[in-house]
Amino acid sequence: MRYIEPHGHMVSRTTDDYQAMALAGCAAICEPAFWAGFDRKSAEGFHDYFCQLTQHEPKRAAKFGLPHYCWLCLNPKESEDLKLAADVLALIPEFLQAPTVLGIGEIGLNKNTRNEMKVLEQHVELAVKHRQLILVHTPHLEDKRKGTRLIMDVLRAHSGVQPGRVIIDHVEEHTVGEVLDAGFWAGITLYPESKATPVRAVDMLENYAAQRVWLNSACDWGVSDPLAVPKAAAEMRRRGHSAEAVDALLYGNPVRFLSQCANFKDPQAVR
Amino acid sequence: MSESNPLAQTAPRTRQQVADLHFMDARYKLLDLAAFLDRLERASGPEDHRVLGLRKALPLLLEGGPDCVARILHLWSDPTVEPAPKADTKAATGVWPGLK
Repeated sequence: MRYIEPHGHMVSRTTDDYQAMALAGCAAICEPAFWAGFDRKSAEGFHDYFCQLTQHEPKRAAKFGLPHYCWLCLNPKESEDLKLAADVLALIPEFLQAPTVLGIGEIGLNKNTRNEMKVLEQHVELAVKHRQLILVHTPHLEDKRKGTRLIMDVLRAHSGVQPGRVIIDHVEEHTVGEVLDAGFWAGITLYPESKATPVRAVDMLENYAAQRVWLNSACDWGVSDPLAVPKAAAEMRRRGHSAEAVDALLYGNPVRFLSQCANFKDPQAVR
Repeated sequence: MSESNPLAQTAPRTRQQVADLHFMDARYKLLDLAAFLDRLERASGPEDHRVLGLRKALPLLLEGGPDCVARILHLWSDPTVEPAPKADTKAATGVWPGLK
């Protein structure tokens, strides 16, 4: 089988993970900018991180035959500090020139605060101004439903946002319908303890139109599984779904969304 | 929704088939939940709001209908609509603390 890992925080993972993903059929990895697990103290810290995402990590992935792409932003967990956010957003246009950047992400909300909303609006404006795709992080657990609705309000309020160029990630059973009905793409994140398991993800895929959905592991420095996407493929096959259907979902869908960015190259087409 | 679904083309499964595939998984998870509740019985102190939320969700399991997961997630969700003034923490707990 083949698949795209459309959301993996590979700077937090080992080379063993790269090797395992390549062996499992991964054809490309996309890495959104993320919270480091602690608050960075300055814009210079983000500058170094953006260099890591655009310069160093693609070289590390290439050693395992994997194309590596990235998304850039200030994560919503660090959006309470408006001065820091302004300084970091000012850095981003320079890095958008890098050949492996897919867009602005993962932006969104964490605790659904006023400052987070302001920084989200600034990110959306930046994305529209530079004609970038948008990858949205939705809040965790009890904050998800409210945050997803606030985020969609911000996106719908901007006349320059095209829903088909936005993917709203970490949907669960109580948010996936609203996201798809609004015309956005939806991402289902597969986590061992929170978000969705592979089994629940396949239930959602069976119950909703799956043409605008991707699955991702969002593997990072926490409890997560870089092989979660192929494990979801195994669950689909166990239920009797065809290899063609699995391929359409786990390879075809991400390629279709990401190909809206000229930097993304269909791995199958370039081999 | 009018979009086609590649996973909808597989023939519907019988309840027997679903049980054959997933019963043991559900069985051990239910026993793990029971063991968690037993552990709480042996502990002291006031009820945690997360456990209260979990107890409130248990009757939903027996209501039937196709959207049990969504109903539980809605039950645990923050029902407010206005942005919060500021963040006191970065973390979520799993159940809205205001749930009574």
